[in-house]
Amino acid sequence: MKRDIILAGVGGQGILSIATVIGQAAIGEGMYIKQAEVHGMSQRGGDVQSNLRISTDPIASDLIARGGADIIISMEPMEALRYLPYLSKEGWIVTNTVPFVNIPNYPDESAVLNELKGMKNVIMVDIDALARSAGNPRGANIVLLGACAHLLGIASGKMTEGIRSIFASKGDAVVEANISAFEAGRKAAADGKN
Amino acid sequence: MSTKKLLLGDEAIAIGAVNAGIAGVYAYPGTPSTEITEYIQALPLAAERKLHSAWCVNEKTAMEAALGVSYVGKRSIVCMKHVGMNVAADPFVNSAIAGPNGGLIVVAADDPSMHSSQDEQDSRFYGQFAFIPVLEPSSQQEAYDMMKYGFELSERYHITVLLRITTRMAHSRAVVEVSEEADEVAPISYPENPSSWILLPANSKRQYPVVLEHYAKMEEEGETSPWNRYFDGEDHSMGIIACGIGYNYVRENLGDTSKYPILKISQYPAPKGLIRRMARECGSVLVVEEGQPLLEEQIRGILPSGCKIMGRISGELPRTGELTPDCVRAALRLPAAETFAPSRNVVPRPPALCQGCGHRDMYTALNEVLKEFPGNKVFSDIGCYTLGALPPFRAINSTIDMGASITMAKGAADVGQYPSIAVIGDSTFTHSGITGLLDAVNANADIVVVISDNLTTGMTGGQDSAGTGRIESICRGVGVAPEHIRVVVPLPKNMEEIRNIIREEISYHGLSVIIPRRECIQTARRHAKAKSSNNGKK
Repeated sequence: MKRDIILAGVGGQGILSIATVIGQAAIGEGMYIKQAEVHGMSQRGGDVQSNLRISTDPIASDLIARGGADIIISMEPMEALRYLPYLSKEGWIVTNTVPFVNIPNYPDESAVLNELKGMKNVIMVDIDALARSAGNPRGANIVLLGACAHLLGIASGKMTEGIRSIFASKGDAVVEANISAFEAGRKAAADGKN
Repeated sequence: MSTKKLLLGDEAIAIGAVNAGIAGVYAYPGTPSTEITEYIQALPLAAERKLHSAWCVNEKTAMEAALGVSYVGKRSIVCMKHVGMNVAADPFVNSAIAGPNGGLIVVAADDPSMHSSQDEQDSRFYGQFAFIPVLEPSSQQEAYDMMKYGFELSERYHITVLLRITTRMAHSRAVVEVSEEADEVAPISYPENPSSWILLPANSKRQYPVVLEHYAKMEEEGETSPWNRYFDGEDHSMGIIACGIGYNYVRENLGDTSKYPILKISQYPAPKGLIRRMARECGSVLVVEEGQPLLEEQIRGILPSGCKIMGRISGELPRTGELTPDCVRAALRLPAAETFAPSRNVVPRPPALCQGCGHRDMYTALNEVLKEFPGNKVFSDIGCYTLGALPPFRAINSTIDMGASITMAKGAADVGQYPSIAVIGDSTFTHSGITGLLDAVNANADIVVVISDNLTTGMTGGQDSAGTGRIESICRGVGVAPEHIRVVVPLPKNMEEIRNIIREEISYHGLSVIIPRRECIQTARRHAKAKSSNNGKK
């Protein structure tokens, strides 16, 4: 079993926390992992991405090849499209629907969303709204994690264990808020499929 | 006993160094090297052992302090980004001739593709130039294991060792098996041959042949090094030399059982014998190396002319930019995967100064005043404020290297440029700006130096800045007239005052320093959060 995942977003949106939870859960399953991150200049409001590779077999490259990603997980709709050439023809896009507009020439929002809707394998979720209604407005990234959980090849129990262990130092309230966010995302993805 | 940890390459190096018994780490922050020092700063064992881990003023002071540690017989590492090697080059190159006593490893983190840098220079050239051996890990595990190996190599040959990594090694995580036991920090012991540390010509002339002799021995050692391996294959139409993480991209495409022979190289000087074997047995050789074509160029001189050599120079691999699984795949003449076309609904999203950042208010005021002075030039520097080059500010005319703002503004003013403005941050000022300011004082240069002080080293994530709280006194001490050292608080409500001060100091035909000072909003948020959670605990 292997999953090559591209995490995308804008600096500060919390994609590395998603990577950390998946990584923790994958290690819990005894899998191999490689995760290339972006630090430095681009974190200042620019586009950021992380290549996360998990596999039951050893992994050579830290980077995912074009046409090789099983999933693009994106905190922002245009950022999901940025990595399209990296997505496998059978791959999935799981993305937030709410644009993050911090540039003057952001493309037509409906064109971005329509292009995404036209993809064969796509899950689109308003994670900001779901995070608010789950009582965890800062947990949008964990909502997104919930929305892609069924695609990761990892038991969802392992994912919630991962969340518990990563947020444990911040107290029970934070752990439970993130579990709620995760469940909200999971439910949204399941409802969308029907 | 050992445990498995999920670590960045930088973090693996940090633990490897502490477990190899270093007495300290010496560094100036720089992407992608910063996390090595930060990890040691947070490591309980480092605190328990009181290891040195405070940030240094620049890479040169870091390198020299580590030489002092080595002189008294203890191990240390020096960490920097690739361009930091230029700053540290003098002590780095000469350390080879002095001959370290305690083990000394310099970690240079290169940034091919320039994710966060102004060039993609390849630090392996510094190793070759200085006759210093280079280790280049291909995995995070190797990065960890190479620390102990590197210190032993350093102490065996009395030579500095360069560990060269690139962005994808520094900032990629993998599971690393880490020992739970750490070697003790060595007691103080002095060099057996103390005169080798006094680089008078007479001593250097004696030492230089020794350095060359050791380098030849290390060449032999490269043939049997655990990091260099020859994997034979049945198809000898092509052999592949894969250096550092280039090896991973080759394996990604060819798998564990490649039909082509592969020579993995992670220790330099490169093993000439193994390279000659490949040339003898294979019709052609593809060189896959991250960064500049150092080895490809070298082996064109080693190998007989009948052997075809392919790589970045001959064009099978791109001449610039970092390696990717895709470009290596093309060089291996494997078919590309089917892909989606790039979306037309995507535009670049460049980084920008944070909303609420003091540099923004500084540039707003500066731009407004400079409208009154056509022909002005603004020489800037390395840091978050370099983003003032982008819209909406477009406020600066140059960014070359750490500290160049002040000296370039002075040089331009020397020959008639007016107004000539320098914009530099507080950490860059203490890194390499103070000496330039002294030049400007001595010439009473007609320039305005704006030291945009956010009380931290912002771009790399908010490390301590060496001159915090002392910027004015440093300027006074260097000799700037106190009445022309002006401090302002960069906030929209103070705009008129800031504009007036900038206007006055441009109109003054001598040296002025303006210090807009307000804490970086990223560190301010962090401090506020830490404070509120502390209050919460009470």
